[in-house]
Amino acid sequence: MTQPEPAASVPRGPSMSSWRRFRLTQEIIVALTAAALFIVFALTLDNFLSQGNILTLIRNVAVLGMLSVGMAVVVIGRGVDLSLVAVMAVSLTLAIVLANVGYSFPLALLIGLAFVLLVALVTGFLIAYVEIPAIFATLAIAAIVYGLGRGVIAELDVNNVPDGLNWFIFLGRGSFLGVPLPIWVFAAMALVVHLFLRKTGLGRFIYAIGDNLSTARISGIPVRPMIIAQYALSGLMAFLAGAVTAASVASMNMRVVNSTMIYDVLLVVILGGIGLSGGRGGVRNVLVGTVLIGLLLNGMTIMDISYTVQNLIKSTVLLGALVVDALLNPRDEQTSQQGDI
Amino acid sequence: MTTILKAAAAAAAILVAAGSLHAEEGLVDQLRQPTLDALKGKTVAFVPMSMSFDLPEGWAAVMQKEADRLGYKLDIRDANWSTDTGTRAITQLITEKPDILVVQNFDVTSYARTLKRAEEAGIKVIQVNMRSSYQTDAFVGADWYGIGQYAANRMIEKCGTGAGKSGKIAIIQGPATAAASVYQLNAITETLKGRDDIKIVSSQTGDWDQSKARGIAQTVIQQNPDLCGIIGFWDVMDAGTGAAIAESGKDIYLITSGGGNKTACQGIQNGTFDEVISYDVPGQGRDLNNTIKVLLQSGSSANGLKFALYTPNKILTKDTLQPDSCWDLDELKK
Repeated sequence: MTQPEPAASVPRGPSMSSWRRFRLTQEIIVALTAAALFIVFALTLDNFLSQGNILTLIRNVAVLGMLSVGMAVVVIGRGVDLSLVAVMAVSLTLAIVLANVGYSFPLALLIGLAFVLLVALVTGFLIAYVEIPAIFATLAIAAIVYGLGRGVIAELDVNNVPDGLNWFIFLGRGSFLGVPLPIWVFAAMALVVHLFLRKTGLGRFIYAIGDNLSTARISGIPVRPMIIAQYALSGLMAFLAGAVTAASVASMNMRVVNSTMIYDVLLVVILGGIGLSGGRGGVRNVLVGTVLIGLLLNGMTIMDISYTVQNLIKSTVLLGALVVDALLNPRDEQTSQQGDI
Repeated sequence: MTTILKAAAAAAAILVAAGSLHAEEGLVDQLRQPTLDALKGKTVAFVPMSMSFDLPEGWAAVMQKEADRLGYKLDIRDANWSTDTGTRAITQLITEKPDILVVQNFDVTSYARTLKRAEEAGIKVIQVNMRSSYQTDAFVGADWYGIGQYAANRMIEKCGTGAGKSGKIAIIQGPATAAASVYQLNAITETLKGRDDIKIVSSQTGDWDQSKARGIAQTVIQQNPDLCGIIGFWDVMDAGTGAAIAESGKDIYLITSGGGNKTACQGIQNGTFDEVISYDVPGQGRDLNNTIKVLLQSGSSANGLKFALYTPNKILTKDTLQPDSCWDLDELKK
């Protein structure tokens, strides 16, 4: 059995012993790529290095980062959550629609949150107890949630937040100490999830389950409830990401479910070096992946590269990351027996 | 003499009687019944991009009312944001043979062949707001070239040499192949040709998505602190563009276009947009109804008539805003 300790935590200190143990992990490759891109952009693009642009760069990927942190938790537990974007869009749409028919906004948000947890419960149950593969269960759940959103909850894709909710809008447009609020929310969430994964017993259970489910079960870990908890956590991150999105543009657009966003989330997670075979990686990988995507998007927007070409570049980077992942984390006997997600 | 008088009296009596008879019956409108007959029992199929946003909902509401009034059937097949679903819907309709097909294209190419096939099968086709490269019987919708031309000229006024501004503008398009983007961009480029005082510093697609538009606008504003104006291609998407401008605290002139839903007027009021070029959905609905009626009454075969009804633009600014400048979907459905 391999260590449930994430591969990404290979020490990188300056001492000789550390250098001897240095391994070129995907996280490091991506970090180096990001650094190289950063230097190239800083040298070639005017204003790239300005404080404002760096904040904009991070701010523009904060929502993607939050969703990716949620996805990371699930992938570490050897699952995948393809319903993240649908849950994000529909839960906030529900809250906004309720607020528009007269519910107080905090109550409407709580109902949205309850919806998210209910969906997570059903998803987790299907995966943990009915043993439907996560990829199919969450794909179906995504379609059902979107269907509910379009067919039952709201008539239109785009629903506007009611007027006068300045405290809520502040979450998306305000700033604290010169740093936009979405970045603060992203940072806080990343820290909380990082501490949860590394410092709590429950967090370690997720690594153990992702590494080897049978062994985890034999060791006495309540595997099934833990799987439900994973999806609840990713749903919660989706809800927060949705709140930040809705606050930024004062509305929620369900059409985002049909966009490439869920692939962007997977891109960040895989690119950052969290292997799809589970049990490896952490929040730091997500941060590295998010920064690289942020740099790419920011640089390509500044260079005025067309949307189609941007998608082409992003997809090529994803494919490259998968190839590197396959080379660095070759399938061993254990993964070939258990299979990927 | 008395005979003559009697005859005259009798003739007068007949004339009066005939006259009153004529007044009682009224003039028969020879056109009315054939017109009603030409419409009754017919089927109009509508394939929108998706029945989940203001434009198709508005057109459908206006068309439904007229269909109810005149006794024809409106059959809506939702493409639900997928060209594949839309193509399947149209192909299915070709076998069902409705009398009229109303189509909103995603882009200028996807449906072109299928629409040609529909016409070959004898179905008259109306394209609404978003044109395909294939010209069918009729087009009803926004004059994208005119909108682009107007927006570019406004940018010259607001940002050019005369205004003493930097002259830097940005464009946030819809999907690159959508008719709204293709024709508008062409118009903007042609209008700004030879204008050295206006510089397009960025032309990106927001893909009809607010968050994407917000991100692009924010990056472009950061990159060009002296940006003077932005031309956006759809007000719903440009709510995000406006949010980025508000967040930057800068005075950047935002001009966009849309169907004139009440959110457009609210956007003008709260300062999200400086100007909205409205193509007025209730007006387009009326044009659509008229086109349907013309085509159903016309004896020509499918593809026999080729015409376009470009919607007159309604300019919404703080100065032109009236209580009835915009429409409300709930009201329109009543």
